[in-house]
Amino acid sequence: MSKPPAPLRLAVVATAALCLAATAQAADKVKIGLLSTLSGPGAGLGVDIRDAFQLAVKQNGGKLGGLPAELIVADDQQSPDAAKQTADRMVKRDKVDFMTGIVFSNVMLAVGQPVFQSKTFYISANAGPSQLAGAQCNPYFFSASYQNDNQHEAAGQTAQDKGARKVALLAPNYPAGKDALAGFKRYFKGEVALEMYTPLSQLDYGAELSKMRASGADAVYIFLPGGLGVNFIKQFVGTGLSKDMTLYGPGFSADEDVIRAVGEPMLGMFNTSQWAHDLDNAANKRFVADFQKEYGRLPTLYASQGYDAARLIDAAVRDVKGNLADKQGLRRALKAAKFDSVRGPFRFGPNQFPIQDYYLRVITKDSQGRITNRTVAPIFKNHGDAYASECKMPA
Amino acid sequence: MTGILVLEQALNGLQFGLMLFLLAAGLTLVFGIMDMINLAHGSLYMVGAYLIATCAAASGSFWIGLAAGIAATAVIGVLLEVTVLRRLYQRDHLSQVLGTFAILLMANEAVRMVWGSQPVPLNPPASLAGPVELLPGFSYPAYRLFIIGVGLAVALLLYLLVTRTRVGMQVRAGASNREMALAMGANVRGLFTALFALGAALCAVAGGMLGPLLAVQVGMGESILILAFVVIVIGGIGSIRGALLGALLVGVVDTAGRTLVPMLFGRLMGPEAASSAGPAVASILIYVLMAAVLFWKPKGLFPTH
Repeated sequence: MSKPPAPLRLAVVATAALCLAATAQAADKVKIGLLSTLSGPGAGLGVDIRDAFQLAVKQNGGKLGGLPAELIVADDQQSPDAAKQTADRMVKRDKVDFMTGIVFSNVMLAVGQPVFQSKTFYISANAGPSQLAGAQCNPYFFSASYQNDNQHEAAGQTAQDKGARKVALLAPNYPAGKDALAGFKRYFKGEVALEMYTPLSQLDYGAELSKMRASGADAVYIFLPGGLGVNFIKQFVGTGLSKDMTLYGPGFSADEDVIRAVGEPMLGMFNTSQWAHDLDNAANKRFVADFQKEYGRLPTLYASQGYDAARLIDAAVRDVKGNLADKQGLRRALKAAKFDSVRGPFRFGPNQFPIQDYYLRVITKDSQGRITNRTVAPIFKNHGDAYASECKMPA
Repeated sequence: MTGILVLEQALNGLQFGLMLFLLAAGLTLVFGIMDMINLAHGSLYMVGAYLIATCAAASGSFWIGLAAGIAATAVIGVLLEVTVLRRLYQRDHLSQVLGTFAILLMANEAVRMVWGSQPVPLNPPASLAGPVELLPGFSYPAYRLFIIGVGLAVALLLYLLVTRTRVGMQVRAGASNREMALAMGANVRGLFTALFALGAALCAVAGGMLGPLLAVQVGMGESILILAFVVIVIGGIGSIRGALLGALLVGVVDTAGRTLVPMLFGRLMGPEAASSAGPAVASILIYVLMAAVLFWKPKGLFPTH
């Protein structure tokens, strides 16, 4: 084979050299694929994550970690198949540096492996399935939210403390639903009268409500995110069960999106969360005020997680000085989590899931007459998750 | 306690079945008489629910919203029939399926463009939001009772319309032998348009009734359309009586299955296995029912042809 002409050889060498140089230098922008649920009954959740993420970028003057941020937003339609295709496109065609945004754990588990294999960091702004916290933990997965069981563990402790004796449980039949009830039962020591799983697409709970009535439970615990919770609570009040049973929920089933849709009947409901809009720290005050100014509504916990995901990326990109090709350095920087979380103290455990506080909240009328959550007291301090010991994280 | 559970589940099944009947009635008439497979039937249900939610929000009254939404959906049904569907009657079933499937996709996108992809809120009227005490110690949601009442009233009206009026006679004639009805001078064009308007209005009633229990969202028509097809296959295509019986069967079997199957599985195996197998089996129960009916009565319970 004859050699290519000299100018071409020179060009090839120069290009190669440039490529090498580029790996050692700062990238010119940071690309983020935000894949979230923006349609259907779960849409409110994804919209809050997206809006809060965009707010964080806007507060930073359109930059994350000093680099101009390019956000690619797509709807996963709450479908694992659709999400997988879109994630593939983001990773291969758009060559994003980070991915975030997925709300539902079944979608997360479908998208996870292809994203990790492409060595793209996934920063979870909601889904924290037990699989990814335990045996399938991965260096490219960071949860900026929680592990799925956590809020429910706190709720189980709450029901226990409030003296519930016999409880009926209801969750959707998908990975996070299983995690939820496992978490609740880990801390609730009373009798579980009923444990029900419904399809994630089910919105009419007539059959489940009559089983709850027949079970003779004195407390009901539900994990039904977004529109599911809205429907359940309306129907729960409609059947008159609210007079005989105390309703407990995680923060997901009692956040601002559900309160806006249901209103008065939710007053007095206890729920648990790692964040609340009235937590007293500077980062949170700024976030809540700016979010309300920008979007004209109170943020939900999904919004707080989307906001923190953006700020975690911001801190990590800043710490590696924009050198996004340095995956090891980037991972160390993410793990260090050098940002002021809106939830207060926040750090990562060995499986790259948070170790943080969980609070009891109650729905009341605030001083302005709004129906909203008020933080009562911390339930767990520096709480990790039950799966970390199963995780063999590569160094 | 079990007595109340059975009673409550029976009421739930009745309520769900009657709503399925509203959808299946229109579908079965169109299918049976016009020999037309209309996949866009679910879209009328969706559009009806959206129009009712919008009118209810604009007027501040559920009742005004309901009336305006039903009327508007009937008008849309007529427009759809006159402009597009009429051209499909003479075609084979494949063209009809393709044509109406296209309408379904366009309707979904149009609704997404007009109302956005997030669900639209629709609440039951305040007077029906609470429970009603039926027996001492047993209260049932007033709104679900209201739905049962509406469903029964519509079923009765349809029955009278089909069995006691001249139009009904033509409808029955058309269902059992279309060519002969034509030869006897029935005004088939007008009849078809009127039938379609009626079917659309029934869709809107179902949409308005179920909207507050489910969600007014894009794609709400498809999942329920599948059930409506199951109903008319079980009942016998073209038969209103079959649609009613089929709808009640599907409603009761689905509701009872969701209670009994997980309980049964809970007895047979551990709670962990039951929690995953139970709901899965419960959700296929109505299809098992359909297969069983087709096995013994291939033309459905009340065949018209």
